[in-house]
Amino acid sequence: MSVHAASDRPASAMVEIRSVHKSFGALQVLKGVDLTVRAGEVTVVLGPSGSGKSTLLRTINHLEKVDRGWISVDGSLIGYRRAGDKLYELRERDILKQRTQIGFVFQNFNLFPHLTVLENIVEAPVSALGRPRKNAVGTARGLLARVGLADKADAYPRQLSGGQQQRVAIARALALEPKLLLFDEPTSALDPELVGEVLDVIKDLAEQGTTMIVVTHEIGFAREVADTVVFMDDGRIVEQGTPADVLDRPRHDRTRAFLSKVL
Amino acid sequence: MSLTSDPPVAKPAPPPEDLGALKVVPVRHPWRWAAVAGTAVLLTQFVHGLATNPGWEWEVFAEFFTADVILKAVWITLQLTFHGTALGFALGIVLAFMRLSASPFLRAVSFGYVWAFRSIPLIVQLLFWFNLAYLYKEVQFGIPFGPGFLSFDTMGLVGAMSAAVLGLALHQAAYAAEIVRGGVLAVDSGQLEAAAALGIPRLRQIRRIVLPQAMRSILPNAANEVISLFKGTSIVSVMAIGELFYEVQVIYGRNGRVVPLLMVATVWYILLTSALSVIQYYVERHFAKGTTR
Repeated sequence: MSVHAASDRPASAMVEIRSVHKSFGALQVLKGVDLTVRAGEVTVVLGPSGSGKSTLLRTINHLEKVDRGWISVDGSLIGYRRAGDKLYELRERDILKQRTQIGFVFQNFNLFPHLTVLENIVEAPVSALGRPRKNAVGTARGLLARVGLADKADAYPRQLSGGQQQRVAIARALALEPKLLLFDEPTSALDPELVGEVLDVIKDLAEQGTTMIVVTHEIGFAREVADTVVFMDDGRIVEQGTPADVLDRPRHDRTRAFLSKVL
Repeated sequence: MSLTSDPPVAKPAPPPEDLGALKVVPVRHPWRWAAVAGTAVLLTQFVHGLATNPGWEWEVFAEFFTADVILKAVWITLQLTFHGTALGFALGIVLAFMRLSASPFLRAVSFGYVWAFRSIPLIVQLLFWFNLAYLYKEVQFGIPFGPGFLSFDTMGLVGAMSAAVLGLALHQAAYAAEIVRGGVLAVDSGQLEAAAALGIPRLRQIRRIVLPQAMRSILPNAANEVISLFKGTSIVSVMAIGELFYEVQVIYGRNGRVVPLLMVATVWYILLTSALSVIQYYVERHFAKGTTR
């Protein structure tokens, strides 16, 4: 099944990442990353652990501040406002507003354990977007049905399996109707038999033309769903291209070495 | 004598039988029973003493237990506890978030406050506040959190009651700050990250996501503090405020019935502490939502 139909859309850039650098203390995690993600495309980021792929993802919604370079989503700079030749750091309130347009799904789900599944999903639309609670509840129930958990609305996260929790987390991110979805190793904390149900939901989203960046180790998923595969190593993008190019005909030794270990 | 022994005679294997049909003899604990008997004897003697020793003067106890002056004193004790706790924890939450803030200055101030107020005994603080009010009676204090009970009269005099509440609250705030900070630190950092990623406003993140989860570890310690503050109000008697312990002292100073009047205070303290424990149970149950499978 091909989901590459989405790339037939006008090729406008949804995410632009330019020359992004990031260090944690003396450790340089991102050493100048450039990447463009077009609207409606699925970009899968592969790479060994420590290559900076999760950090890159976290800079896109400003969970990490970049040291150098810039990132824009749908034409607006993330974390900064440009006036003349100066960049002004945005106040937290404005950054939070930007984040409502960028869904983020964590490796460890990070559902709110003291809230029911429904309350988890309703919280942000009501408190961040000011939606009426009734509408938000309706939307949330629809989203739960979409991820196959309509009957779990009143359960608490701890009563669910890992796969179900991650599907709730995806529904929670979708509730804000984001322009862009970021997935940070969404299946790495799951038992092997639960990986499929989460990947199916993500595939379903891809087919509907959601713009997504997915950091993962699931090569099969990358091959099937990605429009672009990006391989990162040591804080840089080593190569990128179609799944066929990167996965079957890698041009760089490091990509080949990585693929030979995980395939 | 030879140290080597003969090889043991090989015993025939026991005949196979249904072990499940055999009677099981449990282990006996004779010393446990001895301890139970000894403890029971001592307990009976104590209760018997309570009931029969005329020194307890239960009729005096009964006369004063629900006397107006005592009930009024209990009410003042409860007021001191309530205001001390409310103000103390309000300030404690502010101090805790100052300590957790990104500003080194706010962190240092919070640290300094906790250091100072944990170092000074409560009784010294209370006397200090009492006398400060006396020394500066012509100065008007502007207290940033000012419900009605901290009212200053036209002379700007801090009344004994206000001084007591202030002393208790400032003392309590130092401990509350550490308890709240501990509770907030115990919440998984992924929770704040998820809330931030969803764009939930900052105050809402704290109130809706962090504090309810922090409450799980805050509550047992906070309940300890409330109960200890409740009993700590007896220290306020040095300021001649008519709380429970002070009134009891006044009465036995007059009639000399020390023991039954101390029992009056004791039983009230026990009753109200028990009530607080019951409240604690229900509050903890409320905040335990979502923790069971």
